[in-house]
Amino acid sequence: MVSYIWGFFILIGVFFSLLTGQTEALNNQIFSGATEGINLLLEMLPLLVLWTGVMRIAEDAGILQKFSNLVLPILHKLFPSLKKDDPALGYIASNIAANALGLGSAATPFGLKAMECMQKNNPNKGSATEAMITFLILNTGGVTIIPTTVLALRLSHGSANPSEIIVTSILATACSSIAGLLLDYFIRRRKRR
Amino acid sequence: MNTVSKLIIPMFVVGVILYGFIKRVDLYESFLAGAKDGLIMTFHIAPAIIAMIFATNLFLNSHFIDHAFRFLHPLFQAFHIPIEIIPMALVRPISGTASLGILNNILLVYGPDSFVGRLASTLQGCTDTTIYVLALYFGSVKISKTGHALLAGLFADFVGILASFLIVSAFF
Repeated sequence: MVSYIWGFFILIGVFFSLLTGQTEALNNQIFSGATEGINLLLEMLPLLVLWTGVMRIAEDAGILQKFSNLVLPILHKLFPSLKKDDPALGYIASNIAANALGLGSAATPFGLKAMECMQKNNPNKGSATEAMITFLILNTGGVTIIPTTVLALRLSHGSANPSEIIVTSILATACSSIAGLLLDYFIRRRKRR
Repeated sequence: MNTVSKLIIPMFVVGVILYGFIKRVDLYESFLAGAKDGLIMTFHIAPAIIAMIFATNLFLNSHFIDHAFRFLHPLFQAFHIPIEIIPMALVRPISGTASLGILNNILLVYGPDSFVGRLASTLQGCTDTTIYVLALYFGSVKISKTGHALLAGLFADFVGILASFLIVSAFF
């Protein structure tokens, strides 16, 4: 899928530039494209590295665990089909906590583990259970408190206040996640009837 | 509101350091280990970033979008939204790197502190790559019947785009 997008971007970009007679600009684009990628990486790198360093301290101090314990009671309500002592809930909590703190690479193993646990109790191995669907809606909502990459990008483009979009991002994420969960809830209720 | 957003990062950093201090974490060693991971991680994503910046720049600078969506111009102009938001919203659920490339282009052309720059930044931060995540997680346990997961996920993304627009308009 990503291959198609990438190829589509390049083909359309080249053909349309030729069609509209922007040959010179096209040449510049091709030569400078990779340079800009490298420059961008170099400008974003310091902040990203600083941030993963700080977040490692948070992880080692047990903030991740604390955060998971905080979301666990909410999860009992969101996942009525999972028993309270189901290990999947613990993994889901850790996954959400890691995502929220921006520890994307730590989040994925927890998420995969949660899917594995839910699949064990799945009577129909080829179809998704209700809990799996709810979990993935929560996960794709991408509840992130601090979107580090966006901050680094804004900083590299000389923003006067790179972090001003944190609050708007959190609010927009909340709206989108709640909308997803509500739709999920109504579809589940209709199916039961 | 402005001061709140300016204080989030410093407060967070101070909070983490203090908490680590109380929990007797070896602060410096932990930081170095994490920073090393961050460095390695960035090198891992470097080829993808370069590839996507290259492609999105070619695509956007050819002005194909301007021509293809010309009929939408009056509508978008009325709300002061640049047309580049369309491809960004379309690729966001599929590839985070591709939408990051478009975001980069928008910040370059319109500036990070413009309305569009803020809107696009919020858009990038507010949702994850829905289709990629679904493929990864369902694929890991070999589930092919995914129920209403895709529908609800894309619906959430759509609401996220609308919400971003309304919230950014209200805030700035």
